[in-house]
This record gives sequence, C-alpha cells and structure tokens, in this order.
Amino acid sequence: MKQYRDDDTIAAISSGMTEAGIGIVRVSGPEALKIAEKTVRIGGKPASDLQANTVHVGLLMQGDTVLDQAVVLTMRAPKSYTGEDVVELQCHGGPYLLRRVLQTVLDAGARLAMPGEFTRRAFLNGRMDLSQAEAVMDLIGSHSEYERASAMDQLSGSFSSRINDLRSRILYETAFLEAAVDDPEHISTEGYAERLAAVVKEIRAQIADMIQAAENARVFKAGIRTVILGSPNVGKSSILNLLLGSERAIVTEIPGTTRDVLEEAVRVGDLTLLLADTAGIRRSEDTVERIGIELAEKKAEAADLILYVIDAAQPASQQELMQAAKWVKNKKAILLLNKTDLPQAADVGAIREITGLEPLSFSARTGEGRKELYDKILTIFSDMLPASGEYEAAANLRHLEELRTADKSLALVEEAIAAGMPEDLFTIDLMDAYTALSRIVGDAASEALVDEIFSKFCMGK
Amino acid sequence: MTLISEQYDIAIIGAGHAGCEAALAGARLGKQVILFTVSADSIAMMPCNPNIGGTSKGHLVREVDALGGEMGRNIDKTFIQSRMLNKSKGPAVYSLRAQADKQRYSAEMRKTLENTPGLKIRQTEVRSIDIENGAVVSVTTVSGAVYYCKAAILCTGTYLRARCIYGEVSMATGPNGLPAANLLTESLVNAGIRVRRFKTGTPARVDARSLDFSRMEEQPGDVPITPFSFETDPESIQKPQVSCWLTYTNEETHQIIRDNLDRSPLFSGVIEGTGPRYCPSIEDKVVRFAEKDRHQLFLEPEGLYTNEMYISGMSSSMPEDVQERMIHTVPGMEHAHIVRNAYAIEYDCLDATQLKASLEFKEIKGLFSAGQSNGSSGYEEAAAQGLMAGINAVRLINGEEPIVLDRSQAYIGVLIDDLITKETNEPYRMMTSRAEYRLLLRQDNADLRLTKIGYEAGLIPQERYERLLKKESQINSEIERVGKVFLGVRSEVQELLAQRGSTPLISGASLSELIKRPELDYEILAPLDKERPKLPADVREQVNIAIKYEGYIRRQEEQVERFKKLEVKRIPADTDYDKIGSLRLEARQKLKKLRPESLGQASRISGVSPADISVLNVWLEKNRRAGEHE
Repeated sequence: MKQYRDDDTIAAISSGMTEAGIGIVRVSGPEALKIAEKTVRIGGKPASDLQANTVHVGLLMQGDTVLDQAVVLTMRAPKSYTGEDVVELQCHGGPYLLRRVLQTVLDAGARLAMPGEFTRRAFLNGRMDLSQAEAVMDLIGSHSEYERASAMDQLSGSFSSRINDLRSRILYETAFLEAAVDDPEHISTEGYAERLAAVVKEIRAQIADMIQAAENARVFKAGIRTVILGSPNVGKSSILNLLLGSERAIVTEIPGTTRDVLEEAVRVGDLTLLLADTAGIRRSEDTVERIGIELAEKKAEAADLILYVIDAAQPASQQELMQAAKWVKNKKAILLLNKTDLPQAADVGAIREITGLEPLSFSARTGEGRKELYDKILTIFSDMLPASGEYEAAANLRHLEELRTADKSLALVEEAIAAGMPEDLFTIDLMDAYTALSRIVGDAASEALVDEIFSKFCMGK
Repeated sequence: MTLISEQYDIAIIGAGHAGCEAALAGARLGKQVILFTVSADSIAMMPCNPNIGGTSKGHLVREVDALGGEMGRNIDKTFIQSRMLNKSKGPAVYSLRAQADKQRYSAEMRKTLENTPGLKIRQTEVRSIDIENGAVVSVTTVSGAVYYCKAAILCTGTYLRARCIYGEVSMATGPNGLPAANLLTESLVNAGIRVRRFKTGTPARVDARSLDFSRMEEQPGDVPITPFSFETDPESIQKPQVSCWLTYTNEETHQIIRDNLDRSPLFSGVIEGTGPRYCPSIEDKVVRFAEKDRHQLFLEPEGLYTNEMYISGMSSSMPEDVQERMIHTVPGMEHAHIVRNAYAIEYDCLDATQLKASLEFKEIKGLFSAGQSNGSSGYEEAAAQGLMAGINAVRLINGEEPIVLDRSQAYIGVLIDDLITKETNEPYRMMTSRAEYRLLLRQDNADLRLTKIGYEAGLIPQERYERLLKKESQINSEIERVGKVFLGVRSEVQELLAQRGSTPLISGASLSELIKRPELDYEILAPLDKERPKLPADVREQVNIAIKYEGYIRRQEEQVERFKKLEVKRIPADTDYDKIGSLRLEARQKLKKLRPESLGQASRISGVSPADISVLNVWLEKNRRAGEHE
C-alpha cells in the first residue's frame, strides 16, 4: 500500500510539461497560504496575510532571485477543488521554469504530490464521489468527443445518480421485507414476491442497459475487435496486409486478450479497428494449422466485427457457404468477395441466398473496394454511437465488474422468488447487489481500491 | 459515622431482568454478590407486557440461555401460552414468544436467586457510587451503609428519578407505584456520566369478567409447544394453554383521542422524555397514522391467578376519563372494568456511548451498566445485557479479557454494539432487521453459536458442553451422509415427488439436492432414505436447514468475512484524532466523543463517512508500521 499522509501540504506542476504561455503550480493543504506568502513578493514587499478567494499579481522569488512574474489565486477550504486551502501560482509555462518554481514551493515546506493526490483529497474530503474522481482521469485522457462528453457526464454526477437511484430502490425493498419480518402482526407480505419480481426485473434491465453502453464505449475507446475469416487461400493475409499497409499502427497489447494472436490497430475515420493477425499462422503443418484455426475461431467468437472472405475466382462450395453463414449470423459482419481482378467463378446469387448478406467486391491486389469497406464499417458502427448531445457516462472496467456482480445477485433473487423461497432470504442477495453498486460510487470503498484508482492519475491532477 | 460496612466482589443496583442475570452470572462464577432492590417483592417484575420473546427478542432469550443465563429456563417454568411467530418467512426469522404468568415468573426467579450460593439480596435505595482514582470502590445506601466492591453494575431500569403520568396526574414513583430512586442520578452526574431522559408507557389492565370475548378473535397457543431453553425437555412442558384475543380500535375510538389531544401530557408538553417510535402510544398512532381507520389490539392474560388482562397496542397517557371512554368504544370492551390505568413513565438513563463493548464505562474502572438504564427497552434486551455485564465484571476482577460478542455472532452483539455506537435518542428495541447476518443468527442454532463461549466463561457445566459437542458431530456426519445418498429414477421416488407436487427426476439426484427443493425437506424424504439413523429432532432440524439454505448460508458467511476485515482493526484507546489531518470536522468530533474500539465500530457511527474510514485506516496502518520499526 502506498504511504499517503493526508494532512500535510502538497504541491505539483498542474499544467503540461511543454513550453507554453502559462504554467501552473498548485499547492493544497493547511500551509498553502503561508507557503505562498513565503514565495511571492507583492508590490516590492513579501506577501503577508493573503486573503482567501483573492487574485494577486506578484513576483515569484527564490531567495533574492526573481524567478518570474505570477498571478496568485487563493481558495479557502472547503470551497476549493481539494476541499483544502489551495493556492495556484500561474507563471509562464516552461518546463525548466516550472521546475524551479516547484522547487521553491517545496523548499518553503510543501511536499511533492503523488500522482492523483489532489483528486484523492477531493474524494476524501467529500468534494466528489469515487466515480466522479475517475471521471477526472477519463476527461484528461479523452481523445474524442465521445470520450470527452461521456467523462464530463460522469463528472457531473449523472452516472452516480443513476447508480444511486438503483441503490435506493433496492434499499426500499429490503426495508419493506425487514419491516414485515419485524412486525408480522401488522404487515402482510401477501403478493409481495410478485411485486418484488417486477422491480428486480426492471432494475436488471437498467443494469443490462448500462452494461451494453459500457460495451459500446469499449468499442469506441479501445477499438473494434476485428477478425478476418475464410477458407484457406482466399486471400486473408493479403487483405490484412493491405488494410495495415501504410496505416500500420503500433502493435498493441490489449489487456485480457490472448497474446498468441497479435492485434494491430488501424484508424478508420473516428474509429479504431483492432485487426487480429490470425492469418499468418495458417500455412504450416496440419497440427499447427489446426491450432491456428482454433485460435482464429476463438478470436472470432469474441470479436466485434467479422470480415468473412470468399474467393471470387473459385466456385464456392455449399459447405463453405454454410460455414460463412454460421459465422456472420449473430455478429456484425461484412462479406468480402475477394480477387475481383480475376475472372469470376463464384455464384453471387447463391452466396447472397445462403449467407443472407450482400457481398462486397474487393481486390486485395488492386485495392478495389477498400473505401467501400471503410464506409460500410462506419455505417455499421455509427448505429452504436449515441446521437450527438446524448452522450452518457459509461461504466469503466471497474464499474462493469461491479454491475455484473450486482446483476448476478439480482438473478439469484429472481431464482429464489421463482422457487418460492421464504421472503427473508431475498434480503441476502439484495444486500449483495446493493453493496456492489455502492462500491461503484465509493460508498463502500476499501482503502486498497481507493489507492488503486488514484495511482492511475498522472502527476498534479 | 459509617453504620454498616461490608465487603463484596460485585454490587448490583436493581433486581429487574438485567440485575437478576448479572447477579446470577456473578455468583455462579464464584463471586460474592450483593443485589440491591427498592422492593424485594418486585424482583424480576414484568411491569408492562405479560410475555417473553417475540420477533428478535425470542432470539435474545435463546442466546441468554445458550450462554448459561436464566431467562429461558424461568419462562419455561412459568409460561401459560406459547407461539412461534413468522413461520412463513424463513428459518432466520422464526421467533418464539410465550405469555408469562407474571407473578409466577417473578416468584420463580426470586426463588432461584435466593438459592444461589454467594448471592445476597438487600432491599434499600443506593445513594451513590463511590469512585477513587477513576475506579469504583464502594456503593453507599440512603441510610449511609457502605458496601465495598471491586465492581458495580447499574441495572436501574426505569427507576432513576421516575415519574408516572396520565392526564393531569403526575406521581414521582417508579412503575406500578413502586418507589423511585431519586438520589443516584446526582452521584452519576458528579462522576462525569452523561444522563438522558427517556419516556415509555404501558396500557391499561382490564377485568376479564367484564369483557365479551365472543366479539373478539381467539388466538390460541401452538401445539406442540417449543421450549425456550435448550435444557428443557419439550415433552415436559406440553400442557393446556390460555388464549389471547384480538380486537380492533375504530373511528369512534380515534375521534375520542383526537378530541382530547389537548389533555394529553405527550402533546401538551408535560412529558419531556423521548418515547420509542417502535412502541408508540395509541394517541401517537392516531396522530401519525391518520390514514388508518383501525389499529389491532391484543388482550393478553396477566396470569392464571388473576382476571387482569393487558390491552396490547393501547399504551397511553391520556386522562383517566378519556381512557375509560376510548376503551369502551372497542368491540368486546364496551363494558370493560379498568383495574389499572395506562400511564407514561419518564426516567433518567445513561448515554450508553460512554461504555465499552464489555459494558464497562470507558472512564470508570469497574463500573458497568446494563439494561434499560442504557437506553434499551424490553425485558429480553435487559437480560442479555445483564448477563454480559455480569460475566465481564467477573472477568475484570479475575484480570481476564472481557467476552465481547460481535454482530456476526449474536443478536446480543448487535444489541450492545448499537447501544454503545449509535447515539439513539429514543428507547432502543431489538429488531430482526438490525441483525445484518440473521440467517446465521437463528434462534434454533443459538446453542451451536454460543454454548462454547458460555462454557469458556464458566457458566455451562461440563455435561451440557459435552451434549453440545455430540449434537455438533451428529449434525456434521448426517449432513455428510445425506450428500452421499443417491436416488435413482425409481417409481418409489417419482411417486413421492408427484405426491408433493415436485417435478419428477430425469436422472439420479442426491438426497441433498432434493432437500433443497422448496416443496420438500429432510423429513418428507425419510421414506426414500433407507439407511437413515435415528436422530433427535433438534439435530434433524439443523441438518434440514443447513442443506436447504446452503447457498444462502454460504453467501451470508462471505458477507461476514468482509465485515470482519474492518472489525479486527483495533483503534488504540489513546488515539489523538486531532492529529489525523484530513478527518472531517463532524467525524473528528464524533470519534473523539465515542472513542470506538475498532475500525468497524467507527464505520457505524453516524456522521463518519466511508472516506473518513479510509483516512483512519491509512493512519492506523502507518502507526502500526511505525510501531514495528521502533
């Protein structure tokens, strides 16, 4: 466990470490105002009695050396970002200069803040809940309008309030059950199980929505997991190489994915495709080939998008088309009719009929159909993008895990109702669901969890 | 000049349900005990409802019994009706309740006390608790007699500066017209103890001969009768029972109450004490639940040798004439003759947050407090605290660690933790919902949970302990055996399932799997279980519950694991909360006032947030590490 003290004064450079017009050193804690007084000279004299919630212009001093001119902002606890006394020294933004200013502040008695420590203090001082604190991190790290807007929604507390709404509904039902148990002579539970079943169903539907939204968010944040499938020699490798081509991005290691298959990222408009390189394992001896197929199929099952390739220059067998149909059925999929630069032998009508998809003419050799492919991908996934202005905060991985835990507990409640179990037993799983949801907003947060979350922050936030 | 001066190990002030258990525990554990009461005729008196047990209170009685206390045995000797409540709601919440013959209950308890070696009863009023260097040295009575002691236990119930009120009548007496104890409060306040004023009440008693039971609904007792004590042989207590009777108030009753609210001392401000929300007076109910057009009333006999009936649900402090009129509006009570008026009682009690979990005062060594003086209500709550205070007074004298039950072990643990942690501002009543882990804290397994602890404390004799071990091993081997009995798809099996409306088997299943089905249980499946050994009923019951609710029990045990993580983190008694910077002001104040013993206890203090607990946790961890380096 990291050793934090939560009662001293911390400081860090809160702006970026590149040359910029303005740079900010933030100081937070009980000594913040005193430290500012030691380092700033206003009107030719050392600053004294800096009032809270004021703005001053002065000189930043290191001993007798004038480091820079600065704007000094003071904020008094609890009305500041951290809930403590905060001073922001806004000077010119150069990495060397900022480091000197920071050193001066540290010399005056502040301690260098750990990553995420300002936000951690904001959480500990009740200025925001855990999911809002996480939103700060997401907001800073956002790369697209979708990510920015959903992080902002989370920071505003609307995600928390949706979770809290579910929590209070669960608590209401638990309270009713407990009251009935305490006062059996006055409170009847006749017909209650059916009412509870309806409530639980409704709550589970909302959790399912949140999980779906989080899945969508993953697609936009981490990329669309894409697998190219098809019989041997239909040109999968060539297609992969074409798509990667000049747009070949860095090799990514997505956490949780098998490393036996490399994934490479390609940008398609606002989206990222994570192309699984399963094709290369193919041309080998039988056993390895089999392993390769198994790997590819495993990947395909978890994929967000399947590109199924059929050779246009060969007559496709019934069996091959059935195989294609199986893969494209319950997935987002695009059928590529490859090698259209060669004489055509495949029966497009049969392909259409058996797979239920309109094949896209493609040539890995000439590059024909690539633009159409990209357009099609954008069309398919634009459905998942929420309409502009309706970006909602989506659960992150930690939230997702808790949502699933809560859902599992609620499923047990449904089971118990269906099995006609005694009512008091419902409360056990209702409370488990409640606790899981509470962990999302940090109402039942363990210290380890809090540390884990704040360790992901970069310095100065 | 000191007239009398005697030496005891433990002095107990008050001989109600807390005082009796404390005195018996102390004396049975070999200490010299003196038990003070303002009236030796009123030992273990039941001044309010004529029953023991009920939802969650029944659990307390079972736990007291499992630890070696007296209440369960005493009610088994003196009950006149018995019912198991909540039978449709699951085994966690079954609750036993018995109607008592009040006089016999009191007389039997007195007999037990009088025949316990090392225990003396003394009728007098205690004037002061004498403290030197932060520790109790003696108690002094109204006559100036001094009783030296190593520990003292306050079990003053509702007697401290008590005042009974109905209408315009206010009398400075304790319950039932007994003398109040008017002197002790001052001594406690001088010792730095914070005192509060609570209020409770009791309904009128009416003469059974004046009631028309044909207009009420009969509530007979259960057959067969379940005893409270694990030591009582069920066969020995099957006997004829006396019924209770159900009737209802009506709009006319409510109108009379509303018309006379200005004459109610509760609403006119004569009564200052805070009353219990969970046991409201009838005038409270009419005002707060204005939408209800009737309220239930139970008429309960007070004993076999009296015609007095207790009107449960109608406690009141209305003037006598209003009481008379409202009672006469109720079906069956049109001509009821009132024997005793309903009244409210105000009394001083202590702020129990000044106590440790052992029930000893944090700041006064050797002084304990138990029962209604701690702000609880109810006979069972009192008995449970009395027992624990008695045990821990002995352990203090012996230089042993106190016995503290936590919230996952017993309702007693929940009760005491709530009293010392939550700053309740009304009389505290035990409730099932207060026990988070109630599926594990069932009334049927109190012996399995607690009798070992009672044995370690010294209150459980060797033979009873060995019977418990035998029961445990029988339960475990039977659960194991049942898991291994496989039933094939045989006609005999299918027929029994069909007969019980249970889905037929498609493939073989273990007996355990079938027991889990809601419509089946261990007993129903007996005909299919050819090798079943002959086992006592209580063992069979445990086997059935353990198998039937296995999944739920396991999940609740996981909840307990999580709970224990904070519970085991002790907070040093000398913690300086002013040195912990980022604690919020409110949390800091509460923590300084309550000085919780563990992080878990701290987390239950209102006004202390999860973030504060995080701060405290980090600070404790840091201090622990610093300690290791020294």
